[in-house]
Amino acid sequence: MIRQLTSSERQNAAVIAIAVAIVGLAMAAVGRTDVLGVHGVMVMLFAGAVLFYVLSGLYQPEPTEDRETSYYDDPIKVGIVLSMAWAVFGMFMGVWVAAQLAWPNLAFDAGWSSFGRLRPTHTTGVIFGFGGNALIATSFHVVQRTSRARLAGQLSPWFVLLGYNLFCLLAVSGYLIGVTQSKEYAEAEWYADIWLVIVWVTYFILYLRTIARRKEPHIYVANWYFMAFILVVAILHIVNNLALPISWGHAKSYTVWPGVQDAMVQWWYGHNAVAFFLTAGFLGMLYYYLPVRAQRPIFSYRLSILSFWGITFFYMWAGSHHLHYTALPHWVQTLGMTFSVMLLVPSWASAGNALLTLNGAWHRVRDDATLRFMMAAAVFYGISTFEGSFLAIRPVNSLSHYTDWTVGHVHAGALGWVALITFGSLYTLVPSLWKRERMYSAALVEVHFWLAIAGTLIYVFAMWNSGIIQGLMWRTYTEEGALAYSFVDSLVAMYPYYIARAFGGLLFLIGAVVGCYNIWMTVRSAPLAAPLNADVPIAPAVAGE
Amino acid sequence: MEVNERDPVSGRETTGHEWNGIKELDTPVPRGVLLFLIVTHLWAIAWWFLVPAWPLGTTYTRGLLGVDQRQTVEARVVDGQRERAAWMARLEKEPYDAIQADEALMQTVRNTGRQLFGDNCAACHGRDGKGRANYPDLTDDDWLWGGGPQLIEQTMRVGINTRHPESRVGQMPAFGRDEVLDRDQVRSVAAYVYSLSHPDYSTADNLKRIEAGREVFLTTCAACHGEDGKGNRDVGAPNLTDTHWIYGSDLDTIIASVHGGRQGHMPTWDERLTTAEIRTIALYVHDLGTQQP
Repeated sequence: MIRQLTSSERQNAAVIAIAVAIVGLAMAAVGRTDVLGVHGVMVMLFAGAVLFYVLSGLYQPEPTEDRETSYYDDPIKVGIVLSMAWAVFGMFMGVWVAAQLAWPNLAFDAGWSSFGRLRPTHTTGVIFGFGGNALIATSFHVVQRTSRARLAGQLSPWFVLLGYNLFCLLAVSGYLIGVTQSKEYAEAEWYADIWLVIVWVTYFILYLRTIARRKEPHIYVANWYFMAFILVVAILHIVNNLALPISWGHAKSYTVWPGVQDAMVQWWYGHNAVAFFLTAGFLGMLYYYLPVRAQRPIFSYRLSILSFWGITFFYMWAGSHHLHYTALPHWVQTLGMTFSVMLLVPSWASAGNALLTLNGAWHRVRDDATLRFMMAAAVFYGISTFEGSFLAIRPVNSLSHYTDWTVGHVHAGALGWVALITFGSLYTLVPSLWKRERMYSAALVEVHFWLAIAGTLIYVFAMWNSGIIQGLMWRTYTEEGALAYSFVDSLVAMYPYYIARAFGGLLFLIGAVVGCYNIWMTVRSAPLAAPLNADVPIAPAVAGE
Repeated sequence: MEVNERDPVSGRETTGHEWNGIKELDTPVPRGVLLFLIVTHLWAIAWWFLVPAWPLGTTYTRGLLGVDQRQTVEARVVDGQRERAAWMARLEKEPYDAIQADEALMQTVRNTGRQLFGDNCAACHGRDGKGRANYPDLTDDDWLWGGGPQLIEQTMRVGINTRHPESRVGQMPAFGRDEVLDRDQVRSVAAYVYSLSHPDYSTADNLKRIEAGREVFLTTCAACHGEDGKGNRDVGAPNLTDTHWIYGSDLDTIIASVHGGRQGHMPTWDERLTTAEIRTIALYVHDLGTQQP
C-alpha cells in the first residue's frame, strides 16, 4: 500500500501522523486526571502505529507507473475489511444488549457492561463502524468508476478512512469507560466530534475534487446521493454537537442548545442521520451496484430526479415527529408529521425505481443471492419508509411512541435495508476489486442471505408484536377510569418477544460472520489470469498528442 | 439530434448517458406516482389549515379546528379525574369497614389496586405480593406491625426505619458482631430459635444446646420477641415460632441474623401517593391476604 505513494507523500503522511500524535500527547497531558487522558494515549498509539508503518516503508521504491492510469483501490480494500470487522463487533454488541433485556444478569454487575453503555457501542458500531466504513469504501469505488477518473488525492483517502476509524474507536471506547454527551447517535464527546469534522471536510473536498476531474459529461445519480450524504452529515454533525467543554482537560461538555431546542436540534440531527447517512448514502450504493449486478439500465431517470430532490428536501423537516406530544410546540409537530407523509412518495419512488430496474433480470434475482440481497433491500426500504411516514402521524405515534414498535421500525430499516444493500454491494464489489472471477462460495452467499432474511423477519415481527402490545397495555383503562396494567405487567408481556428478538439478531450476526469468511476466502483465492477488461480510468490526454 | 439507444425489454429509450456500463431509461414518471404525490400533498395542506402549523414571527397559524395539545391534555386530565372522582372520594374519606362492606367498591379497589401495587410495591414484594428473600410476604396473615387496612396504611405512610418523624423503628441488634453474645451463645440461641419452628430438631443430641439457648433467649431476646417467641407487633418483632420467615428459616441464616442483626427498610409513600391511593393499596394488600385459601 505504501508503494503507491511517492517519497514526498510518505513524508507528508509521517508529518500528519506526528502532528496527530502530538495532539494525542497534549490530550494525555492536560487530561491526565480525566478520562480524556486515556483517549489522548489512544490517539498517540493510533498515530504511532501509522507512523511506524509509514517510516518502515519510507525507503521502498517509489511507484514507477503513471498512477492516473489506474483506479485507487487500496483504501477501498481496507475499508471493506474494516467495515466487516465493525459489522461483527457491532452486531455482537446488539445481540448482547438484546439478550440483556431478556436476561438482565448478562450485564454481570459491571459498569462497562451495563445496558446503558453497551447500547451506544452497538449503535455506533453498526451505524458508524459497519455502515460508515462501507459507505466510504463504496463511495470511493463508485465515484471513480462513474467518473472514469482516479481519486483526486493519494494521501487524503487514507486520511479519511483511518481518521474516521479513529473517531469510531474514540467513540466506542468512550462509552465503555463512561464518556458520553447523551445525545442519541451523537454520543461521542467534543474532541472526537472536532476530529470528525476535520476528517469529514477532507472527505467532502476529496469527493468534490474527484467529481471535478470526471471524464464523463454527466454526474451519475449515485454520486448525487453520496454528495448529499457527505455534505448534510457534515452540517448535521456540526450543528448538533455545538458544545462547551467544562475545561480543555476534561472529556465532559455541555451542549449550547437549551431545553426543548436541544431536543429539536437532536432529533433534527437524529432523523436526518437516518435520512442522509442511512438512506442517501446507501441509495448511492443501490444506484450503482444494483444495475451493475442486474445488468439492466435504471428504470427511470426522471423518477431518480423526483426521488432525489423529494428526499433531500422533505427529510430536513421531518425530525420533529420524534417529539410528538412533548413540550415541543404543536405547530412544529404538525410540520414534522405532514412533511413525513409528503416524503412517502419520493421514498417509494426510489424503491420502485430499484425494483422496476430488475424487470428483465428477475431470473437473475432468482439465481443470484447477491442480487437478491439488493432486491430484498429495496423491498425493506419501501416497507420501512411507509412505516416511517405512518408512525409519524400523531395519533398513530401516540400508540407507537416509546414502545418497541419504534425499535422494530428502525431495525426493518437497519437490517432489512441498510445491511442487506451493503452485503449485496460488497458481494458485487469484492470479486471485482480483488480481480477474482466470483465470490469464493455462492452457496455461502445463499446461506448468508437466508440467515439475514430470517433474522430480520424474526426481529421485526417480534418487535411489532411487542411494541403494539406494550402500547395498548399502557393505554388500557379499567371501567373505573384507572390504568388497567402496571408497567411491570407490560414487561412480563414483552419477555417472549425479547427472547425472539435476541434470537433473530443472533441469526443476523451468524450471517455476517459467514459473509466475513466468504470475503476472506475470496481475497485469499487465486486472481484471474487476465484482468477484467477496461476497469481503468479514461487516460488523461498526454500533452503534445 | 442524437438518437438514443432503445432498451429491448421495456421498449424505452435510454437517456444517452453511460457510466461505466450503467445506462438509464428515459421512462416518464408513472401517472400513479404523480397522483399519489398530489394526494399526500393535499393531505398535508389540509392539516395545515386545520391545526397549528406554520410559524409567523412570534406566533403561528392556529388552524381552523382551534386545537392545541396543551388544552387537549388538560381537558383529558380533568375528564379523567371527573370519571374517577366518585369512587376516589369514597376511598379517601369513608371508614375502611364501610368500604369493605360495599362489594362493588371493593371490586374497584381490586382493579385499581393491582396496577398501583404493580407500579409501586411489586419491585420488592413481587407482583403477587408474596415477597421474596429479604422482603416479606403480604398475602399471609403474619404481620410484623399488624395487619388490617388501618395499620397497613400507617406503615405505608411513615415507612419502616425511615427519616419520617413517625417512622416505625425496628432493629434487630447485631448480637454477635457487637459482642453482646459470644460465639457459643449465638449458636445456642439460634439452635433454640430454630427448634421453635422445627420441632424435629429437638432430639436428645441437640437438647443440651437448645436448653442453653433458651437461657440466652429469655435474658436477651424475650424483651422484644416475647418469652414464648411469638413476637411483638408494637416493635415489629417477628413471631419466631411460625413458618413465615423474611430472611430464611434455616439454621445458618438464623445464626447470621443473630450475629449481624437485621434492619429492614420500607420507604414512606405519603409524598409520592395520594391519600386515596395509599388507602386503595392498603385495602388491596389486606384483601390479598383474605383472598388466600
